[in-house]
Amino acid sequence: MVSKIAKRKAEASGSSSKFSETFSASWNAYYKQVSGNLHLRLIDSFLVVLVAAGIVQFLFACIIGDSFPLNAFLAGFCACVGQFVLLVSLRMQWVEPFPGVSRDRAFVEFVGGSLVLHFLSLHFVN
Amino acid sequence: MAQSQALRWIQLLLKCTIFLSMTGAAVSSRLFSVIRFESIIHEFDPWFNFRATKYLVNHGFYKFLNWFDDRTWYPLGRVTGGTLYPGLMATSAAVWHGLRKIGLPVDIRNVCVMFAPAFSGVTAWATYHLTCEIKDSGAGLLAAAFIAIAPGYISRSVAGSYDNEAIAITLLMVTFMFWIKAMKTGSIMHSTLAAVFYFYMVSAWGGYVFITNLIPLHVFILILMGRYSTRLYSAYTTWYAIGTMASMQIPFVGFLPIRSNDHMAALGVFGLTQIVALGSFIKSQVSWAKFKTVMVVSIAFLLAVGVFGLFALTYFGYIAPWTGRFYSLWDTNYAKIHIPIIASVSEHQPTAWPAFFFDTQFLIWLFPAGVFLLFLELKDEHVFIIAYSVLCSYFAGVMVRLMLTLTPIICVCSAVTISKLFDVYADFSSKATDATVASPISQKTRIMTLVTKLTVCGTFLGYLYLFVYHCTWVTSNAYSSPSVVLPSRNQDGSPALIDDFREAYYWLRMNTADDAKVASWWDYGYQIGGMADRTTLVDNNTWNNTHIAIVGKAMSSPEEKAYEILKEHDVDYVLVIFGGLIGFSGDDINKFLWMVRISEGIWPDEIKEREYFTSSGEYRMDEAAPQTMKDSLMYKLSYYRFPSLFNGVEGTDRVRGQRIRQQDVGELDYFEEVFTSENWIVRLYQLKEQDPLGRDLHSAGEFARSSARGFKKRIAKKPSVDVRV
Repeated sequence: MVSKIAKRKAEASGSSSKFSETFSASWNAYYKQVSGNLHLRLIDSFLVVLVAAGIVQFLFACIIGDSFPLNAFLAGFCACVGQFVLLVSLRMQWVEPFPGVSRDRAFVEFVGGSLVLHFLSLHFVN
Repeated sequence: MAQSQALRWIQLLLKCTIFLSMTGAAVSSRLFSVIRFESIIHEFDPWFNFRATKYLVNHGFYKFLNWFDDRTWYPLGRVTGGTLYPGLMATSAAVWHGLRKIGLPVDIRNVCVMFAPAFSGVTAWATYHLTCEIKDSGAGLLAAAFIAIAPGYISRSVAGSYDNEAIAITLLMVTFMFWIKAMKTGSIMHSTLAAVFYFYMVSAWGGYVFITNLIPLHVFILILMGRYSTRLYSAYTTWYAIGTMASMQIPFVGFLPIRSNDHMAALGVFGLTQIVALGSFIKSQVSWAKFKTVMVVSIAFLLAVGVFGLFALTYFGYIAPWTGRFYSLWDTNYAKIHIPIIASVSEHQPTAWPAFFFDTQFLIWLFPAGVFLLFLELKDEHVFIIAYSVLCSYFAGVMVRLMLTLTPIICVCSAVTISKLFDVYADFSSKATDATVASPISQKTRIMTLVTKLTVCGTFLGYLYLFVYHCTWVTSNAYSSPSVVLPSRNQDGSPALIDDFREAYYWLRMNTADDAKVASWWDYGYQIGGMADRTTLVDNNTWNNTHIAIVGKAMSSPEEKAYEILKEHDVDYVLVIFGGLIGFSGDDINKFLWMVRISEGIWPDEIKEREYFTSSGEYRMDEAAPQTMKDSLMYKLSYYRFPSLFNGVEGTDRVRGQRIRQQDVGELDYFEEVFTSENWIVRLYQLKEQDPLGRDLHSAGEFARSSARGFKKRIAKKPSVDVRV
């Protein structure tokens, strides 16, 4: 989804200067947020890896044209997507902790959620 | 400090006591059925669940999942392990094993019978926590008390009602409780728990689709209201990612979450939250004017792509279109026209208005007030309750059995109303604080206030008392009947039980070959399988409409043709339910039109519904009945020998109040009566063997009758029946 948006942004930037301005402002803010914060950079690089892994699996299924066995493909793909959203949730809490949930607790919850997710995908992959 | 500590302890103690007594009330009011009747599995579906549980306990979990049942849907069989929701059976098997481990070897039947009452206590607990999140613990306790004894929920969870719903409502409330918690805190743990219980729910009941659509709807409404937050993102995406993956582990659900349209809303909202998350990050960085154009263009583009994609995928068959049951939710006539099999089930009929009052008593008029009060506050979690209320009110109006999902939310909303009312009117402490301030209020006003408060509180306490009274009465009189054993009265007014079903099923079990095939209408399939342990042609699973239509066709065809059809399917016995003697209205003659309709759907040339009505369009069984009706197998099997009970000329059918003539019923040539139960409710016929001389059975019968006329009366072995009315 994120990559789709970025591509979409890139296409439209030529026609509208607003798009490019918005894009650069967001990029700058993001750069400022990440620079000097090792945790966030670690999380983000993991996110990129997950997106890449997801895209590779999806393309593989598309190009080969045969997603049999479907459960194996789904397990791999859903594990990437699930891990991605869990990580984004953790990242959000890292940037600005939710009331009542400390960063440490958020991390422990993240690990717990990931364990459940990966147990399920292991079970599903057969 | 110490005082507040003590106060908290007292509060805790009180809460525990209240909970214990509430669970006690919930369980004991569900035990009426055991006290009035006995520890027995009720109705139809529970018999299958019970049979499946026994299989699970005897053969282990892996064999259970791979169970191919060749004793139903003869000769097709049923891939039972892959077409059931195993949650219920797995839970009771786990309970059974657990009890054995701690040295309490309980019969599996008792575990199954007591299953629903035990889980109703858990439901009360979950409802308490849910309502606590909505309002406060006072409302929570009220809601828990309501759900514990509300007849709308009891109707599906009395002892012996061992059905999927018994556990599903509990899981529904637990899932919603965790969802509300997750949504409020954004905690990954809570939404993981919500996903885990969602998985449990998927494993237990097909109604999980309700959760699959309600939670995304809640999120969607919140996003539209501009209430998106990072907490919402964290809660929803975690729930969806884990929950969807988990739901695909159930064999019966399989790849539906990515294939069927019923689940697409959840996926769409999942995608939407990703976009909104990105959007809100950008929004926080740039000015509103810039963001607006970006947003509008992107939204239009994404909507077009999304809608087009959905249509394209459905068109090319990657996503299954909506199912018939889904359509029948929106168009109440849909099922009647397109899928008579769904419409024929009585619990799929629209709800009669009095049923709402009957099932929830005074909660039904507090319910809208509760929704209104939540509207006034309209916090994020209130949106959920409102969406749930609106959707379920509609669904409950369309289908009787969805009353069950409406009841919990009625309890929650009414509890909010009453607790709000008591917050205002039961607050007598204000007098003390008023006294310290130099009160400008006159003595008279103060007394008036007190009187008003006392009146309101008194009235509502009265209502609450009436509610408890009503619930107890409804539970003990309306919802405790197992429908396998029927309550009745003797002529002197003393209570009696009509036990024809078990009598007949036991006869089947003891007197027929182990591999005998029994043809009956599908309603009795599960009971025959569970109680008589004989092979059936069709049962309540109704997965194969054509197979059911075959039985319907046999029942509505003339004797000779029916014999042919049944012989083709290797049938040995035919079972019909006949209530004409005792006045049992749920018999096969009253269901007969559905048999005709369903078979007409498959063979419109051979079976025509119109021919089963009189020329003036009436449904009659007496001399005015049309010839097609008089010839049909169902008519013959139901009324065979019936007039002989009444001097042999005319019998009175007590259900339809009509006179049945001997010459209309005639003789049976192809079937032989083998058993008729005490009150004639269950009648069993055996298919005759082919004639050894090669004649067709009709002429053989004619010959036997004409030769017998000359000599002596034919001695037929008939079961001795004495009429008890």
